[in-house]
Amino acid sequence: MEMQKLYLLVPMAPLIGAMIAGLFCRIIPRWVAHTATIAGVAIAFIASVIIFKDVLAGNTYNGAVYTWLTSGDYRFEVGFLIDTLTTTMMLVVTFVSLMVHIYTIGYMQEDPGYNRFFSYISLFTFSMLMLVMSNNFMQLFFGWEAVGLVSYLLIGFWYTRPTAIFANMKAFLVNRVGDFGFILGIGLILAYTGSLDYATVFEKAPGLVDTTINLFAGREWATVSLMTATCICLFIGAMGKSAQVPLHVWLPDSMEGPTPISALIHAATMVTAGIFMVARMSPLFELSTTALSFIIVIGAITALFMGFLGIIQNDIKRVVAYSTLSQLGYMTVALGASAYSVAIFHLMTHAFFKALLFLGAGSVIIGMHHDQDIRNMGGLRKYMPITWITSLIGSLALIGTPFMSGFYSKDSIIEAVALSHIPGAGFAYFAVLAGVFVTAFYSFRMYFLVFHGEERFGKADDAHHHEHQGDHDDEETSHDHHHGLAPGQKPHETPWVVTLPLVLLAIPSVVIGFIAIGPMVFGDYFKGVIFIDHHAHPAMAHLSEHFHGAVAMGLHSLTTLPFILALSGVVLSWFFYMKRPDIPAAIQRRFSAIHALLENKYYFDRFNEVVFAGGARLLGKVLWRGGDVAIIDGLIVNGSAKVVGWIASVTRLFQTGYVYHYAFTMIIGLFVLMTLWINRA
Amino acid sequence: MSTYPLLSLAIWIPIFAGLVVLSTGGDRNAPLARMLSLIGAVAAFLVTIPLWTGFDIANGGMQFVELKSWIPRFNINYHLGVDGISMLFVVLNAFITIIVVAAGWEVIQTKVAQYNAAFLIMSGLMNGIFTSLDGVLFYVFFEASLIPLYLIIGVWGGPNRVYAAFKFFLYTLFGSLLFLIALMYLFIQSGGSFSILEWHKLPIGLGAQIWLFLAFLIAFAVKVPMWPVHTWLPDAHVEAPTGGSIVLAAIALKLGAYGFLRFSLPILPDASHELSGLIVALSLIAVVYIGFVALVQEDMKKLVAYSSIAHMGFVTLGFFMFSPMGVEGALVQMVSHGFVSGAMFFCIGVMYDRVHSRQIADYGGVVNKMPKFAALFMLFTMANAGLPATSGFVGEFMVILGAVKFNFWVAFAAASSMVIGAAYSLWMYKRVIFGDVANHHVEELSDINMREFAILGILAIATLWMGLYPQPFTEVMHASVNDLLRHVAISKIQ
Repeated sequence: MEMQKLYLLVPMAPLIGAMIAGLFCRIIPRWVAHTATIAGVAIAFIASVIIFKDVLAGNTYNGAVYTWLTSGDYRFEVGFLIDTLTTTMMLVVTFVSLMVHIYTIGYMQEDPGYNRFFSYISLFTFSMLMLVMSNNFMQLFFGWEAVGLVSYLLIGFWYTRPTAIFANMKAFLVNRVGDFGFILGIGLILAYTGSLDYATVFEKAPGLVDTTINLFAGREWATVSLMTATCICLFIGAMGKSAQVPLHVWLPDSMEGPTPISALIHAATMVTAGIFMVARMSPLFELSTTALSFIIVIGAITALFMGFLGIIQNDIKRVVAYSTLSQLGYMTVALGASAYSVAIFHLMTHAFFKALLFLGAGSVIIGMHHDQDIRNMGGLRKYMPITWITSLIGSLALIGTPFMSGFYSKDSIIEAVALSHIPGAGFAYFAVLAGVFVTAFYSFRMYFLVFHGEERFGKADDAHHHEHQGDHDDEETSHDHHHGLAPGQKPHETPWVVTLPLVLLAIPSVVIGFIAIGPMVFGDYFKGVIFIDHHAHPAMAHLSEHFHGAVAMGLHSLTTLPFILALSGVVLSWFFYMKRPDIPAAIQRRFSAIHALLENKYYFDRFNEVVFAGGARLLGKVLWRGGDVAIIDGLIVNGSAKVVGWIASVTRLFQTGYVYHYAFTMIIGLFVLMTLWINRA
Repeated sequence: MSTYPLLSLAIWIPIFAGLVVLSTGGDRNAPLARMLSLIGAVAAFLVTIPLWTGFDIANGGMQFVELKSWIPRFNINYHLGVDGISMLFVVLNAFITIIVVAAGWEVIQTKVAQYNAAFLIMSGLMNGIFTSLDGVLFYVFFEASLIPLYLIIGVWGGPNRVYAAFKFFLYTLFGSLLFLIALMYLFIQSGGSFSILEWHKLPIGLGAQIWLFLAFLIAFAVKVPMWPVHTWLPDAHVEAPTGGSIVLAAIALKLGAYGFLRFSLPILPDASHELSGLIVALSLIAVVYIGFVALVQEDMKKLVAYSSIAHMGFVTLGFFMFSPMGVEGALVQMVSHGFVSGAMFFCIGVMYDRVHSRQIADYGGVVNKMPKFAALFMLFTMANAGLPATSGFVGEFMVILGAVKFNFWVAFAAASSMVIGAAYSLWMYKRVIFGDVANHHVEELSDINMREFAILGILAIATLWMGLYPQPFTEVMHASVNDLLRHVAISKIQ
């Protein structure tokens, strides 16, 4: 088959699956919906593998499919850019999506919205593929917003739950704040390069490095570098999608959606779109050290402070969600350190082990009959052996155990930051190091509480497991999906459609780092795709000098600080939660102010609710009641009607009914007109 | 080029059909009246299709021109023609008329013939506005089209229709008089010509241009409507029946904006440049201020009416940036708004027909009872919020991108609609559609029937088509818009 057709097939196959499952969701049986969508995604995966091999053989592609719009001198096209970065993303997206599709058969089997769910996740796969395969900013934005839409639909999948429909609106709006920056960045690019095509933009960008724009006419201090402004605007888009502080607030709430999509969208793929975008735009970001500093600081804050929040969560999905936020922070830090290939590498390993952890959490949730509170679990390893082992693998990969995938990517990030000299790198280095300890601590806190120790389930302690995290959870507790185990009931291992994806995801979680680090991070894999100004940002070049193969890297790490930090995190969590559970309780009492701060997620939600949501409503009321109703309508419109009435009542006095009054008036009028006419002539 | 007088047919077929429908008389013949209306509307739509398919995209001038002397004494002509700016509105207008006739099919049970006739006649008159190249002819159509709309609100409207009609009248009267004076002035200045195309070439001093511009501005701003002369629109929408709202939003609002392109910009280029700051400021106020006002509306129709004003802010903003992206983006926004706001008002009508309330608070959990409706309503809500792949995105995208080049802060303010627009659209959707069934009215809802499904389905296809492949819509505009912008760039002061 011709390669171009194959490129087209990759996004189209899931789209067709989504249309079959979606448009006919009320008439087709379930097996048609899942067969059609799984077939679509499987075709996309196989095609991606073929394309991957083709790209490795050196056949990249950059071309248009059709012209979307022309206007003036501008031309907007829908097209594909196929290179190693694209194919990496295609493989990750289609593989994780395929796993999630299979898993969904088990997870959603009792749900009345089964067909609709399959339609949405296939539609998501299509959107995400269009995003990563794009060769221009317009289509990127299309995919960007389309994945946001599907995320909205899926977070609100259980649309009768008040928490879910609040969370999905919040997610969409917070993402729109990011997109607001993103579209301005795109606008700047179009205004100054005259094109939205990546290749053209990257070609012209170096010539614009000294261009400045003045934000307030004539003010010297308001002059900023064009590239800095553009890159920060673009990155604001990434902050929304990839949930960086302060636009992270939507991601924890997105856990209201069914677990398979938490794995696919809110861990493995969609939230990494921002990371992908920045890596794709590396030729632009390399032109602005200021923007990179901004990125590294935002990433560092996210990596560390979101990790802290993971420590106090009791909902199994929320622990993983905060871990995702923290790991996204790591990727962002890598971007800021100009280690784009490392960021993509971590994106890939994270996609596997985080999808694994989420699906594992989902498997636990099924086993626990939809009880998500880890305080009600414990000792589950006996009942759910496959889930246990795979979750352990995922956790080990996440905390960076040497030789596992997460180790190679995370350690590379830490090293790259250590070697980076841009402003903010010092803080970022501290944050990512401290983050290692925090990650290990909360990951194994969850692991121990779920799989080891005392069996706390089936105690009919209703009041207990209705106590959820979050501001809005308490509004709603009585949904069918939250029933938990009955007294005496035991958890059970999940069916093979659930465990098979766990096993298939566990394999790359272990080995992919070892295999890929050589070519991907230090080899020529991203040559010509990712651009680094080695002169200004030499961290990656230095990092390469230190690299002597994956085995040596793993052995060496056993003596380094990150390993010790991770190990101590694990040991401490074991000691706290397995040996002496009284200690964390005591700490919580002793430092209640800090605990309250964490419990309230640093008050971001409260702040947004009061200042932005409340402020917007108040402003709207003032403008409406005060501006429209009182001033415009009350004063001007109705007022002028009154004036007209008043004038009418006055002019009525002139209608006397006497003929000589009228005749006299006419004569005067005639006289005036004639005078004017004569003067003019 | 076609030998048939297509533009005359587009004007007079619906008017003639309206008169025929009117002649069916009382409600005994309602089924016949409906059938004849539908036939008339479809026939009128069919004659507009060759305008698009036969349109020469390389030609920026007037096409399908018809010129006959009407009142020779004052040199008034029956002069019709379309260019890339007006052609799509003729097609859109004819298309929306079919939707409107279908929308009132089961809902309107009293004075059916008169109701349908009013819409058909109005459709013809509005085609007249979009195609007139003679100032007097334009004015006649412009004023005459108010009568059917006035009647539709006045006769089939809600309880507070008198106030709405009063407000509507006060606003438009004020604008029309100034407009007429401006036409007279141009007639005298041009040495006795009412040809709009002649006026385009007429040299005028800056002072006179400014006065004329302000006269046109008031006339057109009321129609658009622009802030602060917008307050008639929410009231008119609330009182109008569903069909009236659809036509008002989809077509009537476009008349004012069209006037800017046909009169203000080409006749008064210097004043347009001089006062562009004012228009841009008013447009941005419409986008931001009105966006916040829309957020807090409790009545769905008012909410969508306010969102219309905000969307029309993009149109006037796009015009006065004087760039191809801006003007074409604005035109695309006008066409798209025709589909999307028409669909939004129809959706609200669907719910109103069942529950007889437009208050958001009276709904909740509609999706449980009307899943098909909820899915389509979602699409239009998203289009209203400017989601890519829907038509609502294209115009906003073009205007925002064009604005970045014009002035970064203008773009900044305009782009804020991405957040505000999503906020008011989705918040309404959440409260109305999602959640548990809120009350027994919602409990008793039945999903959309075939007729409603067909109407929304057609609008959905139009919305998606324009979002996924806007090129056929914009390629017809290029030549005319480029001609216009070249023309506007040349000073008329001598």
